[in-house]
Amino acid sequence: MNTSMSWIKAYVPELSCTDQEYLDRLTMTGTKVETFERLDKNLKDIYVGQILSIEKHPDADKLIVCQVDFGDKKLQIVTGAPNVKVGDKVPVVIDGGKVAGGHDGGPMPEDGIEIKNGKLRGMDSFGMMCSIEELGSSREMYPLAPENGIYIFPEDTKVGADAIEVLGLHDSVFEYEITSNRVDCYSVLGIALEAAVTFDKPFLPPAVKVNGSGGDVNDYVKVKVEDKDLCTRYVARVVKNIRIAPSPEWMQRRLASCGIRPINNLVDITNYVMAEYGQPMHAFDLDTIDGKEIIVKRAKDGEKFMTLDGQERELDSNMLMINDAKKAIGIAGIMGGENSKITDQVQTMVFESATFNGANVRKSAKRLGLRTDASGIFEKGLDPHNAILAMNRACQLVEELGCGEVVDGIIDIHDSLPEEKTIKMDADRINGLLGLSLSKEEMLSIFAKLHLTYDAASETVRIPTFRQDLENIADLAEEVARFYGYDKIGETLPTGEATTGKLTFKLRIEQMARDIAEYCGFSQGMCYSFESPKTFDKLLLADNDPLRRTVTIANPLGEDFSIMRTISLNGMLTSLATNYNRRNKDVKLYELGNIYLPKDVPVTQLPDERMQFTLGFYGEGDFYSMKGTVEEFFSYIGMREKITYEPGQAGDGVVRNSVVLRDAYPFLHPGRQANIIYKNVNVGFLGEVHPEVVGNYDMKGRVYVAVLDMPSVEPFATFERKFEGIAKYPSVNRDISMVVPKEILVGQIEAMIEQRGGKILEDYRLFDLYEGEQIKEGFKSVAYSISFRAKDRTLDENDVNGAMKKILNGLEQLGIELRQ
Amino acid sequence: MKELLARIKEEALAKIAESDAPDKLNEVRINYLGKKGELTSVLKGMKDVSPEERPKVGQMVNDTREAIETALENARIELERKLREVSMKKEVIDVTLPAKKMQMGHRHPNTIVMEEVERIFVGMGYEVVEGPEVETDYYNFEALNIPADHPAKDEQDTFYVNGDILLRTQTSGTQVHDMEKGKLPIRMIAPGRVFRSDEVDATHSPSFHQIEGLVIDKHITFADLKGTLAEFAREMFGEDTKVRFRPHHFNFTEPSAEADVSCFKCGGSGCRFCKGTGWIEILGCGMVHPNVLRMSKIDPDEYSGFAFGLGLERIALLKYEIDDMRLLYENDVRFLNQF
Repeated sequence: MNTSMSWIKAYVPELSCTDQEYLDRLTMTGTKVETFERLDKNLKDIYVGQILSIEKHPDADKLIVCQVDFGDKKLQIVTGAPNVKVGDKVPVVIDGGKVAGGHDGGPMPEDGIEIKNGKLRGMDSFGMMCSIEELGSSREMYPLAPENGIYIFPEDTKVGADAIEVLGLHDSVFEYEITSNRVDCYSVLGIALEAAVTFDKPFLPPAVKVNGSGGDVNDYVKVKVEDKDLCTRYVARVVKNIRIAPSPEWMQRRLASCGIRPINNLVDITNYVMAEYGQPMHAFDLDTIDGKEIIVKRAKDGEKFMTLDGQERELDSNMLMINDAKKAIGIAGIMGGENSKITDQVQTMVFESATFNGANVRKSAKRLGLRTDASGIFEKGLDPHNAILAMNRACQLVEELGCGEVVDGIIDIHDSLPEEKTIKMDADRINGLLGLSLSKEEMLSIFAKLHLTYDAASETVRIPTFRQDLENIADLAEEVARFYGYDKIGETLPTGEATTGKLTFKLRIEQMARDIAEYCGFSQGMCYSFESPKTFDKLLLADNDPLRRTVTIANPLGEDFSIMRTISLNGMLTSLATNYNRRNKDVKLYELGNIYLPKDVPVTQLPDERMQFTLGFYGEGDFYSMKGTVEEFFSYIGMREKITYEPGQAGDGVVRNSVVLRDAYPFLHPGRQANIIYKNVNVGFLGEVHPEVVGNYDMKGRVYVAVLDMPSVEPFATFERKFEGIAKYPSVNRDISMVVPKEILVGQIEAMIEQRGGKILEDYRLFDLYEGEQIKEGFKSVAYSISFRAKDRTLDENDVNGAMKKILNGLEQLGIELRQ
Repeated sequence: MKELLARIKEEALAKIAESDAPDKLNEVRINYLGKKGELTSVLKGMKDVSPEERPKVGQMVNDTREAIETALENARIELERKLREVSMKKEVIDVTLPAKKMQMGHRHPNTIVMEEVERIFVGMGYEVVEGPEVETDYYNFEALNIPADHPAKDEQDTFYVNGDILLRTQTSGTQVHDMEKGKLPIRMIAPGRVFRSDEVDATHSPSFHQIEGLVIDKHITFADLKGTLAEFAREMFGEDTKVRFRPHHFNFTEPSAEADVSCFKCGGSGCRFCKGTGWIEILGCGMVHPNVLRMSKIDPDEYSGFAFGLGLERIALLKYEIDDMRLLYENDVRFLNQF
């Protein structure tokens, strides 16, 4: 929404402020002014001159030498413009003055162009005649300006006058951001009222009066509204003996300042009233209306209709149409029809000012892909009372502009109209909400300026219908706050019962996860929650894999963003690949983000959102360094029991406690993947990414990932710690060296040591692992250092020997030979 | 005897002084103090000394031994010091060689800002909570006073799963979840991911983060809202930060405001960050709308409250002068490692 300062001042004549003050103060009372632009920013010393004589330039075919009269002086001006003749009154910029741009209408320089006295091919020129483009505007906004030539003023323009003034360019244009609740402020009058109250100046809206020319509208046209649910009010009047002509300068200037192009008096009036009142209007050529009857009703599905822009549109039964006895003539609130549009030959027309259902207009415009200025305003939901005010204003302008004769009588179809609301006045409550202590009178004086009247008997505030946004005491509090001044309200802190600031347990664990990942060298990435279903193919998931059951977005930005992810790996691998392709070395990333597992498909309930702690890297490190990071994290969140690792059981992919956890992962190297088991619960997995998957992400080499399913981890996490004392008695160490069948995992050896070691077992550590020449085929050499300790005494040989014997017996049962 | 001892002492001390290695010192020890050493043989000759003189001679022998031992010990310490110095001289390193980096990872700039906001509000007694990212229409719109067909629903370009289930467009739904728990007073913030159907470009992302805040208690005023958020802004952007509240509109608050802070780059004099205005818009806020309270079974005649919401990315981009939002989701370590 734009307005010029001069248009606002038409209703607030006493307003006197700088553009910046206007911007600042309106912004602080809630009418946010985004920017403003002075139209004469780069215009200086431009006057109306009358051409007294024209002579050919002696040395240039395309130039002429003019003597120009400015009343108090005469100047010689040389120009190349082809369109001027003796007697013409033209804008001339004189020595030291400025114009906004070049005559070609190209991009305008930031600071304009300065003009100085000079010689053109040897002839003195004491200034320059200007085209409309040089004055910073265009023929769109000044339809009378000639193409490729000097602007020529009307004959009655005063010689020597300030041309900038005459052109209405001593003005500023303001651009507003109007909030959606203030439908009334999508109009110049609405903003003018806000400005009047902000600056505490009188507001003088136009006095509307239509003289009429006799006759009766009902003899010209009949109106029937069939679908009143979508059309609260339909007002129509008829204008006859229409004379199409340009609209007056002042109207053109005001329209141009709002960015609306002047066309002719009739079109300009409808646009002017739409801007002034915020009520779109439409005009039909009565001679094209069959049966002289207007019927407002829904379209039929599949019906075709040619809008006045010459496009054929397909309609549906939710769209409201304006019809005559035989055919559709307009899409209600959006655009009229080609078949009934006003031409220069129009004799008699029907003016329409209606209130259509905002939501319906919005949806129809969206479905048609046809948003117009009118639909943009209708969709906000208009006040039906405004329809008749705007209609009468338009008819008044028709009379004032001599555009036609307004037939007496108004067609006005409506059921019950919204009444003025009342809100119980409660000054204490308003003060209580705002933290102020204003008197009731102070509040009422603000209300009065806003046209909210107070009824002392009922102690209520009456709300005019144009303020649809005011419904309750909190709304009234805002009106008080706005005009008392948000900046004048104090700053306090809430008092009352103290509360404890804290993070949830889940968030604390996640914070720890971030800390540990970073200590271990991983940087935090963030990935999108939605991705393409194609990612499942990249991850080698079978066609019937349960991870392919997804929460699917009905209106995605495209296939790449169409499903909510059910596994976090695609984001991680994509991020690693980005780094890989940019040749970043040794990249370690982690991510904490949700996956979304549907409880049913199609989705009827909210999905299971599971936080995944995902780690991934390439370059330095291996499977075991990833394992180390996982264990470090577990240790820090109090998971100090033995973590076991179960190698992937290639093939069947049986799902565990969550669909992301199963006994084998197709996207991981079949021989280098493991489930992470804590206290018999599968809490996550890790492994090397399958070489084919690595290739699918355009990488080479080895990539490692780990995924911890945080809802599975969280129940085991704890911040409780207990000091267990520092051992007082010495430990006894025993080393054992074994020849182990290849298929036995060290995990099995460790389980045996734990199981058989008894209470005195303190720790065990793998210190050698060897496969190769000195070891017989099918075996490997494994060596462990085992330590024993008792809390209450020094161990003797017998204690240790007994424990060792049990361990060795157990190991033998696994087919392990002890090396001597 | 006396002369003999004096000679032994003299000889021994001279040899000690000559010794330039630990084994030479050891040799001296053996030669004089060892089992077959000279001083030991003197002791063995004690039997020839008359009983009256024995204590005196014994004393003399001990003094000699002590003198030699002390000299030996001093010489050892001195020798070790010298040897250490020699070896340290050989160990001189080039301290200007490059450091061996302890490669720690880096937090995402969004998280740094989020944790900073959390720290400030936790310090003021706020609880940090979360809500679901896939939400029902009720929590995302209806319970926030945005009924069906309201144009605000269009403004927020919602991703829908079906007619009722959607990706939340704002964290404001957490307000409703928290109020429904029925525990008052409430002081909470809720950080989280939100979604809007904006195409990816330098300033838009279909997924970003907000932090919602909510306070409900008796006698909460607009002045409390201003004071709290001004305090937050000073903590977040610096002691000298000024805060400006402008009237605005949100469906779920009334009165509503947008808060600007004095530009933390230029201090308010106007620069390219604040587009010359001196102010940077950072959040939306307002007094909780009575309809919202009522829908969550809180009596607006007894309780009032304020709510606010701020965009994490917006603050991260401004604070760290990041000129392209896409960088936040590319996860290039050359970007991440700068924070």
